Amino acid sequence: MTYVIQILQLLCMNMILAASLNVINGYCGLFSIGHAGFFAVGAYAAAAASKLWMPEFAAAQPALALIAVVLIGACAAGLAGLLVGIPCLRLTGDYLAIATVGFGEIIRILLLNIEAVGASRGFPGIVLLTGAWFPIWVVVFTGLSLFFIHRMMRSSTGRAILSIREDEIAARAMGINVRFYKTFAFVVGAFFAGLSGGLFAHFSQFLHPSNFTFMISVMVLLMIVVGGMGSQMGAVIGAVVVTLLPEILRFNETLSSIRMLIFGLIMIVVVLWQPQGLMGLYRKLIPERSKARRA
Amino acid sequence: MSLPLLDVDNLTIRFGGLVAVNKVCLKIEKGELVGLIGPNGAGKTTCFNMLTGVYEPTEGRICLEGRDINGLEPHDICAKGVSRTFQNIRLFKSMTVLENLLVSLHRERGYTLFESILGLARFGRREREMRTKAMDILKVLGLDHRADYVASSLPYGEQRKVEIARALAATPKLLLLDEPAAGMNPSETAQLAAYIQKIRKDFDITVLLIEHDMSLVMKICERIYVLDYGQLIAQGRPEEIKKDPRVIEAYLGGSVGGTHA
Repeated sequence: MTYVIQILQLLCMNMILAASLNVINGYCGLFSIGHAGFFAVGAYAAAAASKLWMPEFAAAQPALALIAVVLIGACAAGLAGLLVGIPCLRLTGDYLAIATVGFGEIIRILLLNIEAVGASRGFPGIVLLTGAWFPIWVVVFTGLSLFFIHRMMRSSTGRAILSIREDEIAARAMGINVRFYKTFAFVVGAFFAGLSGGLFAHFSQFLHPSNFTFMISVMVLLMIVVGGMGSQMGAVIGAVVVTLLPEILRFNETLSSIRMLIFGLIMIVVVLWQPQGLMGLYRKLIPERSKARRA
Repeated sequence: MSLPLLDVDNLTIRFGGLVAVNKVCLKIEKGELVGLIGPNGAGKTTCFNMLTGVYEPTEGRICLEGRDINGLEPHDICAKGVSRTFQNIRLFKSMTVLENLLVSLHRERGYTLFESILGLARFGRREREMRTKAMDILKVLGLDHRADYVASSLPYGEQRKVEIARALAATPKLLLLDEPAAGMNPSETAQLAAYIQKIRKDFDITVLLIEHDMSLVMKICERIYVLDYGQLIAQGRPEEIKKDPRVIEAYLGGSVGGTHA
């Protein structure tokens, strides 16, 4: 039972990660693969907040402290997104992808060298705030994050972000401040990645820079590709598949040892035959559920 | 003496050693329907790109209602009242026709992000108003039955119309049409001519259009500017332009007053 609850919490954090990367890659069409960096910034900032800056408050008011530190983590990551976004969003396509990979690695190497957060020894002793209630908080934060992104994409702001993906030049000519909305989408994506990181820090109670390698960014990318880029439901489904698959494979020793191979295979199959992901497959099979019509 | 809507003076742009547009002056009064013609590579679209802020002119001045708009970002120029269509259609392909128009209305949404996330009353009301406004434009253009269709799924001619509708949704004072008849057959072009005149009347706007199709330009434009190799070689009413020897030379080449007359 504990095992199942642990996995479900990880699943929730992955859902936030996938949904947040989907804002950047899926909705705004920016190719970013440095999401582990924002995840790391959020995790370390939240952990530092609860352990180093306000341990008394965390002991006295665990629920309020949890909300505070998770938001601190999210804001720190959002700020990182702003600082990275302003120079990097002049780049497009592959060049942006390379710059974001670089960012992710810089963060990891910085964390390996900052003594205050344990450097290469890792950052232990993060208190599991709210104890047994923690999984409930994880679910609440996940629900709120998904709700926020969902509502945002149904507003004019969401349409502005989508229009940039569709045709940047036309979007500018129609009065959309492209530079602003690219940065905005990037910051929103980073914010929620950081929020997920804050939850992760208190969930695992120990952080190490090796938790935030490039492979994490690739896993999150895999989630949104499998689920279907540019679809919130797709991101959630992708997170479910990519989180639960290794757990299911764990019961078979051979399959478990080659699980990265299986992931690679899934990625290839999806990209070749179903580039729209599982949501695309769903729309193809049940077209009448979609409101938009085709001539 | 009222100011002209658009006053372009001495507009010049150089790309390295190439002078793409050289000392072009345009004056467009409110309510006019003006054509900008010229052979391929004459610099017509480059002119549009400068008017809409995509390129910054090397020299010259662009004034809209007496205010200098030179050097503004494209989205700011759109806000000042200039909107455009593109030579090769640039719709937001996977969005619906209505959503395409709603993007243009973004500037006048009148609610904040937090109001939309909390679903407050003003968000709902403004969204309904924006949809009504977009639907009204689609109705005038006879596209309302296509509102919920994915833009890229429409036939070519309708995609062109949607692009015009999207430009109109930005409530422009000046509408720039870049080769609206490109890829259309003669009967479609004739329809388009009536269409453009209707738009100008119904939306009370000024239109500047680039066109290759002479029948369209001669039929609907009140005044025509002719560009060749980046320079203005003639301007005037359609019948004057038709007879202008420099225009005939630019289009047909060869000696002026040859056997083709």
